[in-house]
Amino acid sequence: MLARRLIPCLDVRDGQVVKGVRFRDHVVMGGIEELALRYRDEGADELVFYDITASPEGRSVDRTWVERVATIIDIPFCVAGGIRSVDDSRAILNAGADKVSVNSPALERPDLIDELAAAFGVQCVVVGVDSLKDADGEWRVRQYTGDPSKTKALGRRTLDWVVEAQQRGAGEIVLNCMGSDGAKTGYDLEQLAAVRAICRVPLVASGGAGAIEHFVDAFRVADVDAALAASVFHSGTVPIPELKDRLANAGIEVRRD
Amino acid sequence: MTDALPALDASRIRLVLLDSGGANLGSVQAAFARLGVEAPVTSDAQRIRAATHVILPGVGAAAPAMARLRANGLDRLIPTLTQPLMGICVGMQLLFEHSVEGEVDCLGLLPGRVERLPESPGVRVPHMGWNRLQPASVEAAAHPLMAGLDGRHAYFVHSYAYRGDTNALATSTHGQPFTAIAAHGRVMGAQCHPERSAATGARLLRNFLSLQASS
Repeated sequence: MLARRLIPCLDVRDGQVVKGVRFRDHVVMGGIEELALRYRDEGADELVFYDITASPEGRSVDRTWVERVATIIDIPFCVAGGIRSVDDSRAILNAGADKVSVNSPALERPDLIDELAAAFGVQCVVVGVDSLKDADGEWRVRQYTGDPSKTKALGRRTLDWVVEAQQRGAGEIVLNCMGSDGAKTGYDLEQLAAVRAICRVPLVASGGAGAIEHFVDAFRVADVDAALAASVFHSGTVPIPELKDRLANAGIEVRRD
Repeated sequence: MTDALPALDASRIRLVLLDSGGANLGSVQAAFARLGVEAPVTSDAQRIRAATHVILPGVGAAAPAMARLRANGLDRLIPTLTQPLMGICVGMQLLFEHSVEGEVDCLGLLPGRVERLPESPGVRVPHMGWNRLQPASVEAAAHPLMAGLDGRHAYFVHSYAYRGDTNALATSTHGQPFTAIAAHGRVMGAQCHPERSAATGARLLRNFLSLQASS
């Protein structure tokens, strides 16, 4: 049986891992390779590296650290940030990443998802969705969230975009619930469950993890395939080995070997 | 997590990776480098014949990978090899007779057809993540390729697989079972990605390198 995955998210800025609260005010957490190795040793199932300023700055990911990470770790990893073409993606995948994740550029030009799926197969194509509930109660997507001064609210409903992304060839959806991100009060179970109901590919929960129970709920209540978190892992508030023990005790399949 | 094993004698191993196109050959090379073994990519027949072990990697789709093998002549060379050969992921799928992904005829070194994994409620495709390797039989569990792998988790990311069990050493279950590791004489395949399967994957690659040409 397929194990549920735990994915530390490493936000990369200027060659270092940083973390902000509600996507703002970033502080340095450590070096890319140092943290990659630490999480691999602690039993992380996968890593995601977001070059958080690449998209707002209109540039692609720096591939030199991708190559270094690919050489030192033996678990899968995904790279995101400013990937806007098949060529950008090929460079990242050839550097050793297992998957690429597209977000803002896919909103600019949705055909990008089709092109990536055709070139590399859907299993390489992750679509990240930054989503926030608007005053009218509707979840809608946001663009360029790596830089608050450039973040744009779009008219596109989150649920519509998730359906379209899958039709175009997304092999996995990462739902970043911006309303709960950094608040440590738990994943947005309501929104995740709504997306789960229309998501036939693997779904990754992101935004809001503060304690072990939040992971249990995300898997049990929202039935997500993986849970992504940053600060609770960086700070050591939620140690991955203890988290996996607790998930296993709750009857949730995890990898502990 | 890693069992204490005798050191691999890397000086006796001449490994090659066959050029089947696609991305991510670097990850496979890095995985062998961690075992102290170089893994050059080649489509040169002489170099391939001189190797002690051959890996057929593959990422992407079966049809473009087969087209690449036809273009560089490896489709005719591979069936004539006598040393241990292991296909990884799509590389394993190419060893079968046919893949429905692109409806392409493959190398036919293993009997069977590669099919799409069926979706059902709670069973999402692509099959993406860590799944258990279950020995297909008592005999399969005793195969040297399976040493230390019983019940361990390996990393998978694919939408297609051989869903039969002929030549299966290990199966995994995603809704329904499929062959995760296969062996038929010198021809072997791993549907999982050993290069991304932590200690379990390293053990599988190590087991492969420990096989002799005669086995």
